[in-house]
Amino acid sequence: MTQSTETGKTSGLRFKERNPLLALILERLGLSAILLLAVSVLIFCGVEALPGDFATTYLGQSATPQAVANIRADLGLDRPLFTRYFDWLGGALQGDFGTSWASRNSVSEQIGNRLGNSLFLAFCAAAISIPLAILLGMVAVHYRNRFADRLINVVSLAAISLPEFFIGYLLILLFAVNLGVATFPATVHEGMSITQRLSAIALPTATLVLIVLAYMMRMTRAAILSVMSSAYMETAELKGVGAFRAIIKHAAPNAIAPIVNVVALNLAYLVVGVVVVEVVFVYPGMGQYMVDAVTVRDMPVVQACGLIFAAVYILLNMLADIIAIVANPRLRHPR
Amino acid sequence: MRARDIPFSAWIGIFGIAIAFLAAVFAPLLAPYGETEIVGSVWEPMGGAFFFGTDNLGRDILSRLIYGARTTLFVALAATVISFSLGIFLSFTAAVSRGIIDLTFSRFNDLMMSIPTLIFALVVLAVLPQNLLILILVMAVLDSTRVYRLGRAVALDVAVMEFVEAARLRGEGKMWIIFREILPNTLSPLLAEFGLRFAFAILFLSTLSFLGLGIQPPSADWGGMVKDNKDGIIFGISAALVPGTAIAVIAVCVNLVVDWLLRRTSSLKGGRGDA
Repeated sequence: MTQSTETGKTSGLRFKERNPLLALILERLGLSAILLLAVSVLIFCGVEALPGDFATTYLGQSATPQAVANIRADLGLDRPLFTRYFDWLGGALQGDFGTSWASRNSVSEQIGNRLGNSLFLAFCAAAISIPLAILLGMVAVHYRNRFADRLINVVSLAAISLPEFFIGYLLILLFAVNLGVATFPATVHEGMSITQRLSAIALPTATLVLIVLAYMMRMTRAAILSVMSSAYMETAELKGVGAFRAIIKHAAPNAIAPIVNVVALNLAYLVVGVVVVEVVFVYPGMGQYMVDAVTVRDMPVVQACGLIFAAVYILLNMLADIIAIVANPRLRHPR
Repeated sequence: MRARDIPFSAWIGIFGIAIAFLAAVFAPLLAPYGETEIVGSVWEPMGGAFFFGTDNLGRDILSRLIYGARTTLFVALAATVISFSLGIFLSFTAAVSRGIIDLTFSRFNDLMMSIPTLIFALVVLAVLPQNLLILILVMAVLDSTRVYRLGRAVALDVAVMEFVEAARLRGEGKMWIIFREILPNTLSPLLAEFGLRFAFAILFLSTLSFLGLGIQPPSADWGGMVKDNKDGIIFGISAALVPGTAIAVIAVCVNLVVDWLLRRTSSLKGGRGDA
């Protein structure tokens, strides 16, 4: 081994030794960027490689070769795949997703309006469900195998098995139709005050909370339980520390990383849950936009929405990783 | 294992699944009316000639529910079986081969899993022609990524055992090791996973059908029936909730059985507590 490579290696290692945390976080950021790039290739080129052609589908029976060629030239489909991919990626990085095939409107403009709506809905659901899930998870562990735990277990099992749209319609029938205390459909528009907005999205938020709560709670319970069955918890029990004190002082610090992981995973799940809930409640968000685009095979819109949903998902997972590294010093020095 | 060792909750689950499958198999004998036969006026209430009432076109909901069990269960089962075969074969191959094959498969799997399943399905279904075979394949391929992850984890545990090494030294081929050494020793957790994936497939199919991208009308399926009748909800007509309940009940039943299988697996491992 020559001198120069050795010094190069040591300076890199020295940075890692001095700032193990920073180095690991930078590594995660880089990995996520690569992942996102790979996802964009998959969404764009992978989709192009599949059989099925917009022009032929669009024209249906009247697809003469000339008409098909015209449409393909019109939409730029006759250019080579790689040119189109880099055009698309370059545009996407600057926030320009091209024009919709179906409506001829700018995709970015539509998304700009709808993304905010979707994020608002998801944020409200998260703000309610996260504290509730962690609290219920702790209660379930404390009353392990007793009535409260069993009840929480059975209810959450049922909630996991319910399809999102079923919960949604059940809530609509109960609160909007029978009791008349909530509004349906959940339309929001510019110029609505925040309280009006909140009351409009009460039912979709409740649906999302119910969907995520059960998952999050079961996973929190499992995370805490796996900590509870470790040797130091047995020691705490044997030396006479009270049950709740043992959970707070000994179990909780060690359970933070898995719980944060659970929360981030479920926030990512929330992103997907939003799609169905928006369709049920006719809420003008990203999910509904995407589903509508899929039915008419409007590919620029589908690809743009797909990329944004995937980006949010990857970002949340990366955040979970980083928080886990920060919370658990042992992960910083892998043996 | 004896019948009395099976807990009560698991019996409920088995009972529910059995009823659904019987309804699916004997649909033409059990259903009072035809699948697409219009027998009454629109949205007739429950009771009387129609047990669950009629739907948005005046078709008998009970009959469609029974025929729908056929479509829903068949598609979900087919997708799960294919996804399992694919996921387990690839993951065991990766775990046995190690090295570059393992790395390639696993990284590609990570990439597939970094896009949410529903979003991925929407993107792919936007391009592909809509028919039953493609729907099943799309569901299966997307689901196999989850199976792969679990399969690789359990197979790696077994692949380092002495008896696998012994088989390798004996000169057994890769396929022998996968199917004769590793598969029998990982069956229990995989069985529980199968149930879980099946429940998920039912929910996923129903969601796709509800969004109008799954099974196409006029054939009945539970998610599509919710979509057909959803407009009635505003008028207080609960027709959409009947198929919704059916989906929920079958998913609960499968989960009850899975819960029991999982508990059985963890007690076999001799773990402390019920984590």
